[in-house]
Amino acid sequence: MENFQYILPEIFISASIMLFLLFGVFKKNSANLIYNLSTISLVILLALIINLSSFNKIYLFNSSYLIDNLSNYMKIILVGSGIFVMLTGSRYIQVINLNKIEYPILILSSILGMMIMISSNDLIVFYMGLELQSLALYVLASFNRDNLLSTESGLKYFVLSALSSGLLLYGCSLTYGFSESTNFDQILINSTEFNYGTTFGIVFILVGLAFKISAVPFHMWAPDVYQGSPTSVTLFFAILPKIAALAVFIKFLYTPFANMNDQWQTIIVFISIASMILGAVAAIGQKNLKRLIAYSSISHMGYALAGLATVSNQGIQSSITYISIYLVMNLAFFSCLFMLKRNDKYYENIEDLSGLSKKHPILSFSLLIVLFSLAGIPPLAGFFAKFYVFLAVIEQSMYFLAIVGLLATVVAAFYYLRIIKIIYFDPEKEEFETSHNLGLKITLAISTIFILAYFIYPSGITEVVSKIIMI
Amino acid sequence: MNFPILSSLILLPTIGALFILFTKSSSGKYQSSKYVALFISLANFLLSLYLWYVFDKNSVDFQFVENREWLSGFINYKVGIDGISILFVILTTFITPICIISVNATITNRLKDFLIAILIMETFMIGVFCSLDLVVFYLFFEAGLIPMFLIIGIWGGERRVYSAFKFFLYTLLGSVLMLVAIISIYWITGTTDVEKLYELGIKTEYQNLLWLAFFSSFAVKTPMWPVHTWLPDAHVEAPTVGSVLLAAILLKMAGYGFIRFSLGLFPIASENFTMLVYILSLIAIIYTSLVALMQEDIKKLIAYSSVAHMGFVTLGIFTMTQQGIEGSIFQMISHGLVSAALFLSVGVIYERHHTRLINKYGGLVSIMPRYAIVFMVFTLGALGLPGTTGFIGEFLILMGAFEKNILVAMIASLGVILGAAYMLWLFKRVVFGEINNQELKSMKDLKTFEIITLSALIIPILFFGFYPEPLMNSIEASVENTLNMYNFDLINNLASKD
Repeated sequence: MENFQYILPEIFISASIMLFLLFGVFKKNSANLIYNLSTISLVILLALIINLSSFNKIYLFNSSYLIDNLSNYMKIILVGSGIFVMLTGSRYIQVINLNKIEYPILILSSILGMMIMISSNDLIVFYMGLELQSLALYVLASFNRDNLLSTESGLKYFVLSALSSGLLLYGCSLTYGFSESTNFDQILINSTEFNYGTTFGIVFILVGLAFKISAVPFHMWAPDVYQGSPTSVTLFFAILPKIAALAVFIKFLYTPFANMNDQWQTIIVFISIASMILGAVAAIGQKNLKRLIAYSSISHMGYALAGLATVSNQGIQSSITYISIYLVMNLAFFSCLFMLKRNDKYYENIEDLSGLSKKHPILSFSLLIVLFSLAGIPPLAGFFAKFYVFLAVIEQSMYFLAIVGLLATVVAAFYYLRIIKIIYFDPEKEEFETSHNLGLKITLAISTIFILAYFIYPSGITEVVSKIIMI
Repeated sequence: MNFPILSSLILLPTIGALFILFTKSSSGKYQSSKYVALFISLANFLLSLYLWYVFDKNSVDFQFVENREWLSGFINYKVGIDGISILFVILTTFITPICIISVNATITNRLKDFLIAILIMETFMIGVFCSLDLVVFYLFFEAGLIPMFLIIGIWGGERRVYSAFKFFLYTLLGSVLMLVAIISIYWITGTTDVEKLYELGIKTEYQNLLWLAFFSSFAVKTPMWPVHTWLPDAHVEAPTVGSVLLAAILLKMAGYGFIRFSLGLFPIASENFTMLVYILSLIAIIYTSLVALMQEDIKKLIAYSSVAHMGFVTLGIFTMTQQGIEGSIFQMISHGLVSAALFLSVGVIYERHHTRLINKYGGLVSIMPRYAIVFMVFTLGALGLPGTTGFIGEFLILMGAFEKNILVAMIASLGVILGAAYMLWLFKRVVFGEINNQELKSMKDLKTFEIITLSALIIPILFFGFYPEPLMNSIEASVENTLNMYNFDLINNLASKD
């Protein structure tokens, strides 16, 4: 056990969770304090992860736990966005009276679960991580328990997620049965020959993962859960589980099932195309911004998966770049959403944005940038995200995927433009409040500048990501 | 060249836009922001004139080339100009200050935002004409959609939302296929650097599909029949200055793209599809001229005439003759000046009378004599009277066409007559005749700034109409080089087939 220091981040965050829990129980009215302490502990966590990053592959616990470039990078963006989620949401949860000690602790537990998922190299460890993050998420979704929609979304998420976890577990057991091991590397070695058992195992595992990443046809939960959950939780939903699920996707496809890409490639291409199209078309009729961003995230996951479908390092790297840029765009979008507050009430319908640009020029400009970036219009960051993905897709001569994907961006552009139209072209409504907490302002400023100025030095992320080599 | 003169040309307007962002917006009529914008755009114009002065007209190479690492390992930021692109750069820098001067006539609210949009637009437009890398080109080409969408949508007329959406989605739809083609080119040849691609050439078997992908984008932007329908809507609903930018410069991006990329990169495919382009161009010339005859809205009429004129341009480019291509470039510059002037002229009377319907006007000659003269010059320029730039462009294009295909040339010549018909009829209905509408009598003649902008446009139209030599000198060597490369590739291809 000489390698204990490598899981120091996980140990640290578990210890803080337990400490905060005890602290919160014994000290009354400590919700604010714990919220801030959790944010600080996330910062420390981030520092620990960065500090322990090395370029070697490190196997721990009988090689059931793996720390490599992929897991390091994914953990860094995971915890980094976790910090920003905490920063942006602090005022929001106070205003809607959700400031309880459980809230930050649940977020931390969920992040812990995701970190375990990302680093897992064994089916059992992976499943443990997955359930830890899911259990925390069920509670978070229904956290606003006086609100009917929130309770509904929590329940819906729980039922559907439990179903998908069941399928996933069934897939894991099939894989174990036919390849005689739960260890990813061992599965790879044992599954050189084609057999139906493992193929079924792949399908069930992919279904479970597609559910977590909200890819079509397992996306049904996303709009309702996004709309019903408190906005800060929606932001959490929109970013962190996706990062973790994408990392696990990459792990599964390119470690245990790397020999069977003939079998899974078609599946990934299909769910990718289906997500891109459905996400683009279904969002057109939406009236609620959170619901709309749910469909938008479905289609974005389609693009991220398109990179994975290529079976090339370039493709994996492009997906990772995609999710990195995607998370910044979502942070910026939700920061704008948190600013639509008037008399302690948050507004989340598209109509509420009407004529926003006249009274709130800076906020509208940020939204403009974010929306054009989500639509993938150059020279904003969103364009580069798509560009890398299509670069990888076309390298493998998958022209059908590329053309469908790009045509879907045109359809998607329509609904982003519709929001811009309402902000800029429509008559103005009442003013919103202009005083916001500092964390929110900083997040919005950083993310908007990132999106706007990405084109000046676009190779930054690419260079880091290019060290992640799976094949 | 150590000093990055082209990058400064591209970036200067954006820096100006940033300045405007910090000028006071509360003070009365926002004058300070306007002066900043005017100053910046004039400085840019002077810089581009200096560029023309130091530009070596006899060289066929790209000049002032800047090549910087950008997307690590893949794509470089590369800009440079040759004899063709420099004219478009100057056209852009020339039209922009004129737009800024005429802004206060039409834009009443949010002037500051408007000026920022125009300056950002200028950056993208210059970028399009300077870029020597396909990805950089695509970046600028597409980025222009954002400010134009806002210009039409925020400051446009009644149906502005519909028009802005149509403009944006049409153009985007055309362009995504071009992106696929650009990435394919990268994987086929290993580079997107235009100069290197000229040398390497692209394998024959890929050319047709790639050409079609580029064509889908340029055809929408030109616009060619049958994907031209966004243009009349966008023109009619855009504010005057927006129409000017759209007609004078945005449409030229596609014509420029045809010469630089379609001809330069895919010569064999261009040869294969020549007939397609001829037919579409002829339909554009004849059909849209007829449509223009029937219009009741002045702006719509000019918009359709733009489609017809751009039909001449595409026809000329695909004649693949020295005269044809030179004529097309000349026609694009000429149309850039004339259509800008026409839209400004329409803006003048629209601002006074608030209608664009032709039948509400008549007899303006006795109320606004100066305006009548100016408008007449532009009308004659648009129909291609000898002595204006319009004549030289059309003449050269028809000469090139006669050399290649007499039937095509004859049909195209009909377009010249139709062009004269609708322009003169428009002029007659608006300027001559009885004053039926009593409200017209209160209209004032041209104001000072209108005289400045309109005469700034008259001078080059007449000057280059009589003395086209400076422009011709500039493009001659580059066009010859393009054609030589084109013919060389064709002959090589034929040789390899045998």
